[in-house]
Parts: sequence; C-alpha cells; structure tokens
Amino acid sequence: MSANATADHGAPPSRRSRAVAPRSGGRPWTYYALLATFVFYVAALYGPMICIYILSFQDIRGGLVFPMKGVSLHWFVDLFTQVRTGDVKGSFDRSFKLAVLVTVITVVVSFLAGLAFRRQFRGDTVVFYLMIGSLVAPGLVLGIGTGLMFTFLGIEAHWYTSAVGAQLSWTLPFGVLVMFAVMSRLNRAWEEAAYDLGAARWQTIRHVIIPILAPGIVAVALFGFTLSYDEFARTLQTAGSLNTLPLEIWSMTLNVTSPSLYALGTVTTVVSFLVIAACLGAIATMQRRRAGGARPH
Amino acid sequence: MKTREQIISWLYVTPLLLVLIPFFVVPILAVLAASFMSSDGFGGMLPDPTLANYVGLLTSPLTFNLYVETVKYTVLTWFFSLIIGFWVAYFLVFHVRNPLLAIGLFLVCTVPFWTSNIIRMISWIPLLGKEGLINTALINAGLIREPLEFLLFSTFSVVVAYVHQLTIFMIVPIFSAMARIDKRLIEAALDSGASRFDVMRHIVVPLSKNGIALGSIFIVSIVMGDFYVVKVMSGGGSASVVGAFYEDIGVLQYPPAAASAVLLTIIVTLMIILILRTVDVRRELTR
Repeated sequence: MSANATADHGAPPSRRSRAVAPRSGGRPWTYYALLATFVFYVAALYGPMICIYILSFQDIRGGLVFPMKGVSLHWFVDLFTQVRTGDVKGSFDRSFKLAVLVTVITVVVSFLAGLAFRRQFRGDTVVFYLMIGSLVAPGLVLGIGTGLMFTFLGIEAHWYTSAVGAQLSWTLPFGVLVMFAVMSRLNRAWEEAAYDLGAARWQTIRHVIIPILAPGIVAVALFGFTLSYDEFARTLQTAGSLNTLPLEIWSMTLNVTSPSLYALGTVTTVVSFLVIAACLGAIATMQRRRAGGARPH
Repeated sequence: MKTREQIISWLYVTPLLLVLIPFFVVPILAVLAASFMSSDGFGGMLPDPTLANYVGLLTSPLTFNLYVETVKYTVLTWFFSLIIGFWVAYFLVFHVRNPLLAIGLFLVCTVPFWTSNIIRMISWIPLLGKEGLINTALINAGLIREPLEFLLFSTFSVVVAYVHQLTIFMIVPIFSAMARIDKRLIEAALDSGASRFDVMRHIVVPLSKNGIALGSIFIVSIVMGDFYVVKVMSGGGSASVVGAFYEDIGVLQYPPAAASAVLLTIIVTLMIILILRTVDVRRELTR
C-alpha cells in the first residue's frame, strides 16, 4: 500500500484533477464524449431561442418558420401598436412592478428565515416541510386555491394582491433555499467578534452579516425577480381581470400565428438578460473588490 | 436551547409563515373544501357536503387514461433529464480543470432558467415543424424525402420541451453534490487499483444520490402539475391531468376540478414521499 503511494507520488504535482484521467496524464476518451454531450446540451439549450430572436426581425411577409423573409422591425412595431395582439404595454408594466414588489418581499423574508434556520428551533421541521410543500405543489392547484379563497372571502382578485401572494408561494421557497446555501458559508466567528465588541443584534446584522452576504442577497433577488417576472401557472387564476406578461404571451400562443409572438419573446428575453447581467455583474464586482482587499471606506 | 433564542428564531421565521399559511395552506384547504361541494351550474358552489365529485372522478375511465398519459411524460422527462443532467454535471465537476471556467460554464447552463418557459417552449416550433429547420435540413441533405411528422405536435416534441426546460433542475443539485466529493477519495480508490468504472459505481453515483433525488422531486412535481407544455406541444392531440381540470375551470365547474386537483396533489405527494425515502433532503439543502 505504502509502496504504491510512494511510487505514485513521484508523478508531477500538476495532476490534482487526475482523478478521472488515466495515469498517463492525457485526456481519456470519455472526456471527448462528455465534451460532445455538453456542447450538444448547450446548443440545444440556446439554439431554439436564438432561432426565434432571428425570426422576429422579419418584415411583413414573415412567417413562423425559416427561411427569413426580409429584415425589419415590423413585428416589434406591430406588437406595441396592434390591438389584436392585446395589451402588451400594460401587461409588461404590470409584470415589471409585480416582479419588483415580489423581489423586495422575497429578499427580506428569506433573509430573516435564513437567520432563523441557522440554528435549530422547536417546530423548524414543520416550517421546512411547509416550504417544500409550497415549492412542489402543482402551480395551477395553488392558483385555483388562492382564487377560491378570495371568492370565499368575497375579495376581488387583483394582480397586486392575490397574484403577489401566489407568486411568493413559489419565489420564497427558492429564495430561502438559495439563502441556506449563502449562509452556510457565513463564519460565526465574525458575528461573535461583533457581539464581543459590544454590537447589538441589529447592528451585527446591519454592519456585519448584510455586507458579508451582499453577493448572496443579490442572487436571491435575481431568483425573486426572474421567477416572478416569468411566473405563469400560479398567476393564471389569481391575476384578476388584467393580464401579466406571461399570461399575455400564453393567450398569444393560442391565438396569434405571426412573428409578433416571436418579437414579444425577444423583448421579454432581452429584459430577462439585462436583469441577469446586472445581478451577475454586481456579484462579480463585489467579489472582485473583496479579493482585491480594497475597502470602500 | 434558551427560550430567548427560541423566540428570536420564531420572530425571524414569522414573515415566512405569514406568506405560506394564507397562500399555501389555506388555498389547499379551500380546494379541499370545494371538492366536497356541488356546482349550481352557474359558477357558484352549494355548500352541501357531497362525495359526488370524487365518485364521478374515480369511476370515469378518462381519469385513468389521463394519469397514464401524464405519468408517461413524467417518466420520459425524468429519464432523459437525469441522463443529460448527470453527465453535464459530471463533465463540469470532474473534467473541467479550471474552477473558474467550470463556474462560468455552469452559469451558461443556468441562464435560460431565468427566462420565460413559455417562450423557450414555443421556440422549438420553427425547428421541429413540418417546414422547420430540422426537416428542411434532412430533406436538403437527401436523408429523407417526406418531412418527419413525429417531430412536432407529438409525444416527442412534448418530451423535448420538458427536457429543455427542466434538465437544469437535475444539473444544479447533482453538480453541488458532486462538487462536495473529496477528490482525495477518488485518488485513493484509483491508487488502490480501482478502475474508473468502479469509481463511478462505488463513489460518484452513491455520493450524488441525494442530488439525483432532489432533482427528481422537482421534475416529478413540475411535470405532473403541468398543463401548458402538453397543450401547446402536443398540438391538442394529448391531454394531461391538470389540463383536464383546467378545462373544468374554464366552464366554471369548480367542484369537480377541485376533486381532481385533490387527487393529483395526493398522488404527487405520494410520489415525492417515495423519493424522499431514499434520501435526507433536509440535510442536503441546509448543509
């Protein structure tokens, strides 16, 4: 055994990930097979989306399939001016406001819940499984239930009341789970140090925990925003009389057979990408500033 | 633990409960209540307890067929997303040597998760259609003469759309389980003469089991509870459990829809409990 180990330790030290590579140090054939799988997966992931972005830039003769017929912004103009495609502008506006509201609540509530779950407390298992239940319950069932609850109570459903709650039942469990991952990296010694120096609990949270966790909190916000902005099943029965954007897209998939559907897809994905880029950029900036050791004060 | 700490923990978790109770617990109870009512035919509900909705549901041969269809999609989606997700995660963790590159590629896989599912679903139409990219390419290459009909509005296209949307739910938990495997364990196994297949069988798969289970829970619950992918991608040729009771809602038949929703919730819960028996998910998630 020890002889084996010694013999092996004679090899160059740069083989940290030799684990799956053969001892000769080259790449095994499985590497190329898996690389091909990965490339295929990423191509299948993005390929179709890229197709509809391209097709949304056709001119008035455009259809739902290739080849491209001309190049213009016709279908984007059509999207925002035609009545038959519905109230795109209004639904976009509502979806955006709704997503911001849901994000703020998700961040605050999952941060507090994350603090609670750092230590055991009586009943924590019940709360945990309630959360998992809320996450995995069929979306439309919860949507119908929330709609029924509002009916039973005699309250009218609105996108800014019932839909907020219905979406939170989906974004919050995600937020809390991401928060668990974020907080598992929080070293208790820093807090203890703050307490020893006489900081109150809220001061410790405000000046120690929040700054340390800031990148993770941005990640929770990203989940909150995008999951709300694209939420469909739970919102369907709870949005009341006015549509959110995914509901608008849904009714368009059933009625509209022109590239304006693709144009809407392009617009909404651009918004998603901007939000994702802003969040990932913010996280990367914070990490870099930390790695550089530059303190902003 | 001290009572003070207990109270503080409960205060921290109160906002979460203030959302989960009115928007998860009460809605489920509302559906349960509605399932025992009868419909007045005008969208209203009469509060006289009846089992008629359940009798109707359980004696209809349609119910069984719907479940067969939905379970078929669930199993196919689960299988393909597991195969793809496992190997993608394995590639990122064990084959990409630069950790920064691995995280970058991982993010490339996750970005579409943060965009609209409906848009991602319909984006398959220009590819799979009769005059779509794939058929055109195959005809131009001389491989086929007639366009392949099974590509769109079929079981195939439904499963493609699901796998496209949901594989990420397999990749993330399997990736995080695999990333925690101590590389020295694998070194030790190889040094002791284990083959790479042995390493896979005795180390990687057992230690990724929790991740696989977690991904499976997401996929089973989402596909079982879905209706719009089946509706659009099967071109109306296939139905799903939720799709069926969504039609009932459309004609304001709330009580039978509620009964069907209760049955579905019970079945999905049982499936999840079955998966949970194999792992400790809480330990996996809070660790």
